Amino acid sequence: MLLHLRRSLVAALFFLVLCGLAYPLAGTGLAQVAFHHQANGSIGANGSSLIGQQWTGPRWFQGRPSATVGPTGSPSPYDAMASGASNLGPRSKVLASHVAARAAALRKEGITPTAGLVTSSGSGLDPDISPAAAYAQVGAVARARHLPVAAVRRLVTSHISPAQLGFLGEPVVNVLSLNEALASLR
Amino acid sequence: MGFAWTLVALAVVLALAWRFLGSYLAAVYQGRLTFLGWVERPVYRLLGVEPDAEQSWQRYAGALIVFSGVAVLLTYLLIRVQGSLPLNPQHLGAVPPALSWNTAVSFVTNTNWQNYAGESTMSYLSQMAALTVQQFVSAAVGIAVAVALVRGFARRGSPTIGNFWVDLVRGVLYVLVPIAFLAGIVFVGQGAVQTLAGPAVVHNHLTGFTQTIARGPVGFMEAIKELGTNGGGFFNANGAHPFENPTGVTNLLSVILILCIPVALTYAFGKMVGSVRQGAALLAAMGVIFCAWLAFTTVAESQPNPAVTASHAVAQHHGNMEGKESRFGPQSSSLYNVASTQTSTGSVDASADSFTPMGGFGMLTGMMLGEVSPGGVGSGLYTILLFAIITVFIGGLMIGRTPEYLGKKIQSREVKLAALAVLVMPIVVVAFTAVAVSVHAGRGGPLNSGPHGFTEILYAFTSQANNNGSAFAGLSGNSAFYNVAGGIAMLLGRFAIIVPTLALAGALAAKQVVPAGLGTFRTDKPLFVGLLIGVILIVGGLTFFPAAALGPLVEQFSHGRLF
Repeated sequence: MLLHLRRSLVAALFFLVLCGLAYPLAGTGLAQVAFHHQANGSIGANGSSLIGQQWTGPRWFQGRPSATVGPTGSPSPYDAMASGASNLGPRSKVLASHVAARAAALRKEGITPTAGLVTSSGSGLDPDISPAAAYAQVGAVARARHLPVAAVRRLVTSHISPAQLGFLGEPVVNVLSLNEALASLR
Repeated sequence: MGFAWTLVALAVVLALAWRFLGSYLAAVYQGRLTFLGWVERPVYRLLGVEPDAEQSWQRYAGALIVFSGVAVLLTYLLIRVQGSLPLNPQHLGAVPPALSWNTAVSFVTNTNWQNYAGESTMSYLSQMAALTVQQFVSAAVGIAVAVALVRGFARRGSPTIGNFWVDLVRGVLYVLVPIAFLAGIVFVGQGAVQTLAGPAVVHNHLTGFTQTIARGPVGFMEAIKELGTNGGGFFNANGAHPFENPTGVTNLLSVILILCIPVALTYAFGKMVGSVRQGAALLAAMGVIFCAWLAFTTVAESQPNPAVTASHAVAQHHGNMEGKESRFGPQSSSLYNVASTQTSTGSVDASADSFTPMGGFGMLTGMMLGEVSPGGVGSGLYTILLFAIITVFIGGLMIGRTPEYLGKKIQSREVKLAALAVLVMPIVVVAFTAVAVSVHAGRGGPLNSGPHGFTEILYAFTSQANNNGSAFAGLSGNSAFYNVAGGIAMLLGRFAIIVPTLALAGALAAKQVVPAGLGTFRTDKPLFVGLLIGVILIVGGLTFFPAAALGPLVEQFSHGRLF
């Protein structure tokens, strides 16, 4: 028993140093040198390309609804210090009413809602929308910015990232890069 | 079509892992590989271990239990005092006692149930030196137990089953650290963060939106989180968070990492008992169950979400998108979450709580079958071997003959130990769920009402007793009741199975081998595979059907009703 205990303590400390310090610190060193941009959060001029943001008003393409909750327990969309989903069940009255309200708000802006635009994402920080969700917003954005619909549509098409290697995951449009391009569209 | 190619790629990689990682694992645990001897030898000297001196099952189990106890204590202490330790850029204070208990037990038992949100609770040092460490070590412990049981079958008349310290050290050094490190590089290259610099504040000049973004040493933790079938993520959103699982590539890599060791262990098992076909038979049983559950869950998630349908607001062409990420969609999310619940992983890339009733049922019942398809690292193999013993016992009853498995006579003691080990998990799940719904503190947990609220509780104890760690996360688990009860469920689900399993290893190792005769039931043939699948389904089905009927089945059949 005492022998087990002594060995356990020594082994625990050895693994702490190897797996808890050497492994992550060596990884951090390598990542900072080899993948500096990614390792620090893929941050550009207006935010991280991997972390979604709240976009309001018809002048911008909207992202997915976000269910993140702030430190006080009240809704705080796209709070990147508090990732999380709504966790509302598939027969939840609350979910049904949220979806109805989001759809009504989109319709008021002249957008025909898609499923992705009225359901909240798994992380609450989804940086992407589906190509269909982007196309659905083309008319409204073009109107608000007095731009030709065809030009905005072309912009969306050029911002579709296909599934990786053609088959991994889903094709998406990154909302931040789309809106950055939109801002410079004349 | 894309998803079909994802499955093809997965199958090809796993086939290679089965053959090559499998024979590598066998070589590691048979002591045939020594290229890291220069690291091993000083460690054994430090521990005072003679690497060639083997242990009886009692000493093996004793060392494992004491080591795990020390690990719980050390993890607990580290997160209790994190406020006074370095690498804490957010100045996070001590983790409260009940939560620390639950978390320490959770990571030591390979569960990684998380009653906390990582980015706002754990310092970087805690994530690394308390939690990541256990993601390596608990995985190595699981494999050690499986290997010890396999030695029980492979040896004849042996009083010992190996040396726990050697199995532990070799598992970490030869298997887990190298694979995890390589995978970590891919995660970071794809966009997972890996920094000690603290949260970043970004400002969008177009909208004026300012955002503080949690960061940390994530990418390399992610690698061992999946490889060790741990599942505990850096962030609250786990594998749905873009910094943990940024792309389709990392999503498939995660699934591969989750499945590769459990799959490869069946080859190592075959190799060690002298017949690869025996391992292939176990893999076949695992594969049939896995594919059936994957198909079921993927189809379920490709259906509309009933609550979204009830809002009459939108057409759902691609299935249930609530709680899912755009880059994964319902199919890749189903694959990830099924892989995670058919093993002891429990990481999720989409909100399990918002899965359709039958999608959630697929995840829940994957765990209820005991996580054998292919199961957690080590735990999957030893659990399916327990079922194999019960299978040959039932087969023997049918023809009135003493059953054998791999040449070992399966007698009263072996059947009792296997039955005990198989019954621990169902008893814990059912009893703890019954208590939780009977007391006020338990009923206060669920977020959702109606049958889904019950499922949240049932899922929590199913997950913890199976050392899975996934959650219907609407449940408020960070209460005294759920922290303490969950901790006990996780301990029982781990060690009350490991101890009888090691006792079984000891009993088997001591036996002689009986030569196979005409009447021997061949355990490398389809008939055995079918019977084994039947036993697994019947044990799980009979035990859990009533509970599942009250939760997901009621929910599925409540047409047109919301709660």
